[in-house]
Amino acid sequence: MDVLTAIFVAPFLDMADSPAFFFEVVIGGLMTGVMYSLVALGFVLIFKASSVFNFAQGVFALFAAMTLVGLMTGTVPFALDKALPGMPAFVAIVLTGVVMVGLAFLVERVVLRPMVNQDHIIMFMSTIGIAFVLEGVGDMMWGSDVKVLDVGIPTGSFFFLDMMIQVFDLWAAAIAGVLVISLAVFFQKTRTGRALRAVADDHQAALSVGIPLKTIWVIVWSVAGIVALVAGIMWGSKSGVQFSLSLIALRALPVLILGGFTSVPGAIVGGLIIGVGEKVAEVYWGPLVNGAIENWFAYVLALVFLLFRPQGLFGEKIIERV
Amino acid sequence: MAAVVESRPIGDVVLKADEVTVTFGAVKALTGVSFDVKEREILAIIGPNGAGKTTMLNVINGFYHPDTGSITFKGQTRKRMRPHVAAAQGIARTFQNVALFKGMSTLDNIMTGRNLKMSRWATNVISSAIYYGPTQKEEIAHRERAEHVIDFLEIQSIRKTPVGRLPYGLQKRVELGRALAAEPDLLLLDEPMAGMNLEEKQDMCRFVLEVNDEFGTTITLIEHDMGVVMDISDRVVVLDYGKKIAEGTPDEIKTNQTVIDAYLGVAHE
Amino acid sequence: MIYRETGQFKPTYQSDKAVFPIAQDRWVVIAFVSFLFVVLPFLGNEYLFQAILVPVLIYSIAAIGLNLLTGYCGQLSLGTGGFMAVGAVACYKLSTAFPGMNLIVVLLLSGLITAGVGAIFGIPSLRIKGFYLAVATLAAQFFLNWLFNKIAWFQNYTPSGTLTMPPREVFGVLVTGAAAEPHHRYLFCLGVVVLLALAATNLVRGPVGRAWMAIRDMDIAAELIGFRPFHTKLLAFSVSSFYVGVAGALALALWLGSVETAEAFDINQSFQVLFMIIIGGLGSMLGSFIGAAFIVMMPILLTNVMVYGFGFEAVTAKHFEFIFFGGLIIFFLIVEPHGIARLWQIAKEKLRLWPFPH
Repeated sequence: MDVLTAIFVAPFLDMADSPAFFFEVVIGGLMTGVMYSLVALGFVLIFKASSVFNFAQGVFALFAAMTLVGLMTGTVPFALDKALPGMPAFVAIVLTGVVMVGLAFLVERVVLRPMVNQDHIIMFMSTIGIAFVLEGVGDMMWGSDVKVLDVGIPTGSFFFLDMMIQVFDLWAAAIAGVLVISLAVFFQKTRTGRALRAVADDHQAALSVGIPLKTIWVIVWSVAGIVALVAGIMWGSKSGVQFSLSLIALRALPVLILGGFTSVPGAIVGGLIIGVGEKVAEVYWGPLVNGAIENWFAYVLALVFLLFRPQGLFGEKIIERV
Repeated sequence: MAAVVESRPIGDVVLKADEVTVTFGAVKALTGVSFDVKEREILAIIGPNGAGKTTMLNVINGFYHPDTGSITFKGQTRKRMRPHVAAAQGIARTFQNVALFKGMSTLDNIMTGRNLKMSRWATNVISSAIYYGPTQKEEIAHRERAEHVIDFLEIQSIRKTPVGRLPYGLQKRVELGRALAAEPDLLLLDEPMAGMNLEEKQDMCRFVLEVNDEFGTTITLIEHDMGVVMDISDRVVVLDYGKKIAEGTPDEIKTNQTVIDAYLGVAHE
Repeated sequence: MIYRETGQFKPTYQSDKAVFPIAQDRWVVIAFVSFLFVVLPFLGNEYLFQAILVPVLIYSIAAIGLNLLTGYCGQLSLGTGGFMAVGAVACYKLSTAFPGMNLIVVLLLSGLITAGVGAIFGIPSLRIKGFYLAVATLAAQFFLNWLFNKIAWFQNYTPSGTLTMPPREVFGVLVTGAAAEPHHRYLFCLGVVVLLALAATNLVRGPVGRAWMAIRDMDIAAELIGFRPFHTKLLAFSVSSFYVGVAGALALALWLGSVETAEAFDINQSFQVLFMIIIGGLGSMLGSFIGAAFIVMMPILLTNVMVYGFGFEAVTAKHFEFIFFGGLIIFFLIVEPHGIARLWQIAKEKLRLWPFPH
């Protein structure tokens, strides 16, 4: 009886007791959710355009952040005991963007081109390979210690209606918003966007109507790379540039399942739901079982979703044909 | 190809489709289609592309569920049915785009057709792990039946070849073998002659007729080659845009104006 | 010409279905296995047993398990680490709660418990497939790791959170615990591996294996023929988890001795075993062994060459390992998705024809 009240009654009483705290938790969750969405966006892009789930997206973000820090502090890649003059954040960001585009070229040439029309599972596994390679290269180039990233995003906090709000989080939300709107416009309104959706559907058919597959892939992976860079900047500034950043990739999976793998707004909504869900579960139900529910809550939520609505909130329904 | 002599007694109705309607969103795949299939007959379903023929087979199989209407097979009426239940009742099938198990050999593919005939008790996981004993006996017994099918279809030489490596015509033959291995009462063939040259078609027709003659299997086939349809089928059902527009013997259909119009004047001899 | 099959006739269906239909194969395998059982225990040293042979054997079992599920039945699973943890924890709890229980029985029960857990996490496969199913298995991985970490009962309330395997004997010989001799552990592992590998081979060459492969290749057609997809997939999850659980139990009992489950059986383990079957060969028994051997031995080789041979730092060697394995995965997926096992088959084909080119 006690157990039942503890699970089904007490937490809600707690919430009602101090609504300001509850909203603070929710806001905190929303902010984390925005960060998840940023990473999830990169996945959606690549999935929309090539039906490939890019497991390496998290490592892309990590690599981008590492490169950024390295350029800003003047570290010499592969020769960590030497030093160059550092450069201002803005220049470094642009340069890192260029690097990510170059990475996209490389991935397309070495991995994607030889794998045209392979099974999707096979392509997914090859992205696991890419993740490992990039992880190793990044570590060798810039060193695997934790780094501090500061590109000048304002920090600090203020109080609004009894709740503490972090300035950084607001900036993150704003940046994510801009990114989402531009991507949504890109996909819906432009010719390239349409071509991208065709490629996602059927590689060979797209080729046969003259869509330049290689160019499309380079474009998509470059854009995903830039999105990874933004995500890397935000996460890196918040919690330091370290290996765990790449594990964020795994966290994006539940987001995508909730939102639908092919939907840009879905990535946002899914991210927010997961972010809030995790935080609320951790704060109000966590103490019952010693904490750290966050580790698996998102996955179990995604699992439940998969059982009842496999295409997610915004995804397209899958119809099988014989 | 010579005309078939009517020597087998055609029996009563074994399958009845009753006002079957299937819609996918706004697309009306089938609207109120009704027809009978009599025991031991060969019924052909024809119609222009997109008429809903494959959808009809899928409904009989239990893969699609009709929005309204029902299927009665061997006296049992049902609307929703899981495909493996339909298979257990004696319906076997080939597919428009060959649906063989590409990772397995010809023999293994045909052995999968024996699946429902194998004793579930003798092939449970523990027996299978030990293998020597009941499982081996089952395997050998059903291997013999599978070899009969292989002999019948004259594909002994490609027994061990992975089916992915076979030419298209042979793949279709193996698929027929897999369906035959199940010793079905009703055999559904979806464009079995598609993509074949004249010689392969003659072989395939011979096999279809022999199956019907020797084993008394009822056959329903979808086919575009009018020569084949006219020669081997007992009766023909014509679909167009999801509706049945004609039904009758091949001669009746050949001269039916509605059918000719639907095909825009294309008629093979 | 070297590898001639001519003259080897198969007059009965039994002989046609034999595990090693070619006589040369049979002799080589019998000789090799005899060598492993009879000769090697006297030749090897502790390092060889503890660092190479025992882990290769244990991971072979895990690889076979995952291969059954992913290679033969086509269900991608990223939860192997979590299921190994289940096996290890079950082994630990059973051994400590029932000190009189024979180790073989403990292993069997650990496998069965893991099979049950695997079946539960396989239930989503009824409605979701392929890649989405992999996400469900990730849920299993993280949830199980969290469960064994946070709920103290699983650790028998030890403050350190590590599970230590108590000493146990099999047929009067000590095989677990710090005092057990390395070659005894090795022989016990070898015995288990041979038995389990035989069972797995029997499964895949019979009706169960065919059902799995049918679901993998064309699940819709399989259902229309009469296979029951849900039963078949659930069976695959159960049997696969049995093997993975036994591997986890053996890892605790015979190899590591004591484990901290969240560290020893984390998501990296899941990837390692997946890499083993990709590199070794999906859907191939031999491939599971090759893959396990490769993944266990390659890092040791790399470290030896890079650190002792060329003087790089150990950290660099570790980073290079990442690059090397990632690159290898991509290479195999592009060039030969069926792994080393297929390359080996192709080599055998060439041997049949040599000295003719084709």
